[in-house]
Amino acid sequence: MTPAPVTTVEGRGIALQGHDIDTDRIIPARFLKTISFAGLGDHVFADDRAAAAGRHPFDCPEHKGARILVVNRNFGCGSSREHAPQALRRWGIAAVVGESFAEIFSSNCLALGMPCLTGDTGVVEHIQQVVQEQPHVRFCLTLAASTLHGLDHDWSLMIDSGPQTMLLTGCWDATGLLLSHGQELRRTASQLPYLNDFALPADHRLWGSQDDGV
Amino acid sequence: MSTGTLYDKVWALHRVAELPGGQTQLFIGLHLIHEVTSPQAFAMLGERGLKVRHPERTVATVDHIVPTTDQGRPLADPLAEAMLGALEKNCADHGLRLYGFDSGQQGIVHVIAPELGLSQPGMTIACGDSHTSTHGAFGAIAFGIGTSQVRDVLASQSLALDKLKVRRIAVHGSLSPGVFAKDVALHVVRRLGVKSGVGHAYEFAGSCVATMAMEERMTLCNMAIEAGARCGYVNPDQVCFDYLHNRPEAPRGAAWHRAVTWWRSLASDANAAYDDEVAVDAGEIAPTVTWGITPGQAMAVDEVVPTPDQLPPGERPLAEEAYRYMDLRPGQPIAGTPVDVCFIGSCTNGRLSDLRDAALVARGRHVAHGIKAFVVPGSQQVARAAEAEGLDAVFAQAGFEWRRPGCSMCLAMNPDRLEGRQLSASSSNRNFKGRQGSASGRTLLMSPAMVAAAAVSGVVTDVRTLLSHTKDTGRGPVP
Repeated sequence: MTPAPVTTVEGRGIALQGHDIDTDRIIPARFLKTISFAGLGDHVFADDRAAAAGRHPFDCPEHKGARILVVNRNFGCGSSREHAPQALRRWGIAAVVGESFAEIFSSNCLALGMPCLTGDTGVVEHIQQVVQEQPHVRFCLTLAASTLHGLDHDWSLMIDSGPQTMLLTGCWDATGLLLSHGQELRRTASQLPYLNDFALPADHRLWGSQDDGV
Repeated sequence: MSTGTLYDKVWALHRVAELPGGQTQLFIGLHLIHEVTSPQAFAMLGERGLKVRHPERTVATVDHIVPTTDQGRPLADPLAEAMLGALEKNCADHGLRLYGFDSGQQGIVHVIAPELGLSQPGMTIACGDSHTSTHGAFGAIAFGIGTSQVRDVLASQSLALDKLKVRRIAVHGSLSPGVFAKDVALHVVRRLGVKSGVGHAYEFAGSCVATMAMEERMTLCNMAIEAGARCGYVNPDQVCFDYLHNRPEAPRGAAWHRAVTWWRSLASDANAAYDDEVAVDAGEIAPTVTWGITPGQAMAVDEVVPTPDQLPPGERPLAEEAYRYMDLRPGQPIAGTPVDVCFIGSCTNGRLSDLRDAALVARGRHVAHGIKAFVVPGSQQVARAAEAEGLDAVFAQAGFEWRRPGCSMCLAMNPDRLEGRQLSASSSNRNFKGRQGSASGRTLLMSPAMVAAAAVSGVVTDVRTLLSHTKDTGRGPVP
């Protein structure tokens, strides 16, 4: 299975203000009691939305169908649960722009082909203002140039070259790429002392019996 | 760019290939899995017709959803039973070791892998749980991953990653009586901030860390992620080797000596270059308590809740949100705040030494009227060891419930949870809004001894005032 390259994301925005919004808030732990990701979109920000009684951005009719989420600092901190980006994606989000992201969150987004781009505080706050004041505005995120276009503005954003290349080349679903290096994997494993020089007998027994199974 | 650190050495040894765009394919030496973040990964594996590449390097247990009262099968909650059943089936189908209830070794994944001797210096260790940083205490590069990455490790025993920078955090001096590794962790997160570690590995060093026992180092590394650092580690030394010696999964005989020689060579060089260095004075650290809704919103137990003007402007909006949510006033002392629930356990503080520290406070006292207090050992092995020295009886006589092992109310995926706006004193790692199972529930993070002090007093209490009566230092022998 080869995933599609992600080059642009187009659509309306939705702004969520606040720093350090953690993954427990994005998807409370009780919704993790499942063996699939199906249905998580209904529960994104469940507790925050209940507390806001209809006034949460994710409940505002003007943001229904929005695709680009705009957040502030350290978004997605805390738990490694991929359920958080899964819930956002299943609600309809296809890209996230923010001042900064927690590391596991952004790598989870990457694995779903969901770009996370950062911008300076002033840039992000300006985008949030546009989204809030003019929710109908359509944006276009261009990954190769790391820019967001909307109204008559072009905002300059940032993304590391690793994730950027993975998205642009359709390698964000890394499994195939990783498995294509079977020989290199075997070589690395054969040089690790704990798998060879002082491995427990069980490891020796099983070692080398795996084929590459691409 | 760092050179000569343990992180650099372990990274280089595990490098499989350079990937387009500059990421590195890194070999994963040990993969730990549990019931919450693995079922979808196995499903994806199945959809693609892939198998587990190194079943002998993948180890499973069940911890997040397990009840801590009745663990009889089927579990009372059908959803929890389905998750446990799925893990059992996936492990059986792929030939993976599973430490279930009947193994005698079940427990929180970050408690059992060290106690089995699975977590060793120089390994790369991944697990679908952010507190995987715990295993860095052994001089491993250990970090949390999401479910798609669990799939990648199952399929290829490797991950696509960007190399991190390395920040050395040197904790100098010694801790005062009543101050624990948990306080060091909270102090560091408070001082550096919850996003300081993004893009970094944290190397914990200095004379204070050098004298810490392995369980204390695990507590410290466990909370690296609360500072935003995906992995934290301590250089391997004799304390580490002594802990590992004779553990079931540790090398034996001649292999043990070869292993120790290699492990020693991995420690950061004396002339290693770091991207950043920070010094912390252990003597300045007091018993520390969180007052807000991130682990960085912490304070010494004898301070007052910070006022907005004491905080940098960028932190004030979150502080305002925290005052409202926590129902705490700026300028009020945290000591004396009434608590409702007291929880001792979790991957941060559910090990034998943690229970001993708490028992020292609980012994001869009783949980205050109206307080629910419970102790959840981190593993079946911890439970057995604690019971063997009578800690369960100490807790029971003091009015604490003694439970079965699991993650419990750290994240409340099992029946242990706060109700309504209850306030908990908790030895766990996160005080996020709604974290402990009630959308309006409130959490104060602190050391296990401080939780015990809150339980017997009914209010947040400086544990030093209780320890002084018993002439105990609060730092008893630790494994």
